[in-house]
Amino acid sequence: MGILEVKNVNKRFGGLQALGDVNLDIQENTVHAIIGPNGAGKSTLLNCLIGKLEPDTGSVTFDGQPVLGRKPHEINQMGISRVFQTPEIFNDLTVMENVLIPCFAKRDGAFRMHAVGSVASESDVMETAEKMLSDVNMLAKKDVHSGALSRGDKRRLEMAMCLVQEPKLLLLDEPTAGMARADTNNTIELLKEIKASRDITMVIIEHDMHVVFSLAQRITVLAQGTPLVEDTPEKIKGHPKVKEAYLGEAAA
Amino acid sequence: MLGLRKSDATLLLFVVAITILAPFILNPFPTNSAMAQFNGGYPDLMQRFVIFGIFAIGFNILFGLTGYLSFGHAAFLGVGSYAAIWMMKLLTMNVIPAIIISVIVAGLFSLVVGYISLRRSGIYFSILTLAFAQMSYSLAYSVLTPITGGETGLQPKNTDPRILDTLFGGGGAGGRANFFGLDMRDSYFWSVGDWSFVFNTGYYVAAILMIAAFYLSIRIFRSPFGLMLRAVKSNQQRMNYTGLNSRPYTLAAFVISGMYAGLAGGLLVAMDTQVGAERMFWTASGEVVLMAILGGAGTLIGPVLGAGFIKYFENIVSKINESILQGWFAALPDGLSDFMVAVIYPFIGKGWHLTLGLLFMLVVIFLPGGLVEGGQRIAALFRRKPKDNDGGMSAQATPAE
Repeated sequence: MGILEVKNVNKRFGGLQALGDVNLDIQENTVHAIIGPNGAGKSTLLNCLIGKLEPDTGSVTFDGQPVLGRKPHEINQMGISRVFQTPEIFNDLTVMENVLIPCFAKRDGAFRMHAVGSVASESDVMETAEKMLSDVNMLAKKDVHSGALSRGDKRRLEMAMCLVQEPKLLLLDEPTAGMARADTNNTIELLKEIKASRDITMVIIEHDMHVVFSLAQRITVLAQGTPLVEDTPEKIKGHPKVKEAYLGEAAA
Repeated sequence: MLGLRKSDATLLLFVVAITILAPFILNPFPTNSAMAQFNGGYPDLMQRFVIFGIFAIGFNILFGLTGYLSFGHAAFLGVGSYAAIWMMKLLTMNVIPAIIISVIVAGLFSLVVGYISLRRSGIYFSILTLAFAQMSYSLAYSVLTPITGGETGLQPKNTDPRILDTLFGGGGAGGRANFFGLDMRDSYFWSVGDWSFVFNTGYYVAAILMIAAFYLSIRIFRSPFGLMLRAVKSNQQRMNYTGLNSRPYTLAAFVISGMYAGLAGGLLVAMDTQVGAERMFWTASGEVVLMAILGGAGTLIGPVLGAGFIKYFENIVSKINESILQGWFAALPDGLSDFMVAVIYPFIGKGWHLTLGLLFMLVVIFLPGGLVEGGQRIAALFRRKPKDNDGGMSAQATPAE
């Protein structure tokens, strides 16, 4: 039994069957990529996993616990973090403050009223945040307004914000979308480092096959809302059904 | 000092000094001079400065930090006032129980209003709070007349029970609001040459509470809770996907700001023992929004400056009348003097709103960070060298959207 189990998930938007009977079994400590042509339902699936969307039927279980019906913050507190397609960070705050917020969320839970002591006096949280920033090579920028960062730095900051919570599962929605080749390669290296340095399961949604084949251990191909095949990268590469799904899109 | 970092401590000391020395600072002109009408150092106005300062500081904890724009905060001010006057009628004319109960009642009321209004954000939140405030106003004005006195409002009467005062022998100050016997209206006058300064008991009671309120707001701004409130304003989606429940944070901010409003309402009653429903009218809610934005929303000192600025205009510019204007321009040739009077007249007296409106527009357009940003720019001019390590009021200024 995997860490994340998706069973018979269906989702309709009006007349459109966005997800049809999706079954997934994601093993602990693997990097699992979900690929597929545009409109295959990849993002819909991811949104169902983090509580942004509620599927019409089916179940999602994480670590033996049901996920559906929970609020986004509850799902995060179970150990699922998400990196968005465009980096979602606190643009009005400094880099350090951006990392402090998930540190507090990790230590104190979804809500705690600590309104009198200063942030600076919380030395354990300050230390954790600084260590995380130095891990992603951003310590020098800790007082920079994060809205002023480059796209690549924003992505790294967002990863740092997710990782500082020590999630069991990291969901990445097209982590290299819109990046130049050099930035893409940096992101691949960063993700490899992250994977190598801790016990973490990753689910990546990606268009860029270079990224997928550099990272993934398992690949699921999604087409028209249904998983077509699930296999290792080597087998996926030559799979006729996969070629058909992609070529069919190109031909249409 | 007091658990504050250096720049905040300096700012606090600055505010303490200004409030203590206000009777001097606000009366810079000799009593008989032509400029005397610009003196703001009389008890009624000074009390308003600090009381509305408290109101604006509290409002800023909600609006400045979380970005949730409440258009109904006057309701909490009004509820605090009603609670305070009932305390005076039933228990004692001592202001302490009245102030305490006003904070508690306003806090409970804001818990209810906030719980419902915060189910929505943005403009819908603002409209919900506005609706609540207007309902409260209408209720106080008509249906709830037995509790609120309706149109006439409430004042202490000789027939009031005042249980504690009767128990301990009349309360000392003969039916006047007092602080353990010190009449809130008592003033000490000090004349130095042509100058006259007034030191009023009520003002100093309110000023001490404002300093305490200001100190507490600094602590909130610098706390993890304050950081979370800024996170709400910056990106609520990321906050929720970071495992934080934004709802209780915003609700706590709403209740805290409601309690500040209640404290201000209670103090208004402590200074001038009467309440009317118009205190809850929507224009009063709008005024505190103006104060926060004019001074600089999200900054520590901004709302206090904004409150002072607006209250000064309301009380000073509105008192300049035509004959005073004619006095100013009497030295000019007849035609020119009439012309000047005709030009300036619409902006003074009852036209003070026009002046305030124009100033507000100028500030919002040219100084989006409010008066605080203006102060920083002036400071930067004087400093010549563009260095970033400025102390005091600029350290906490975040660029306003």
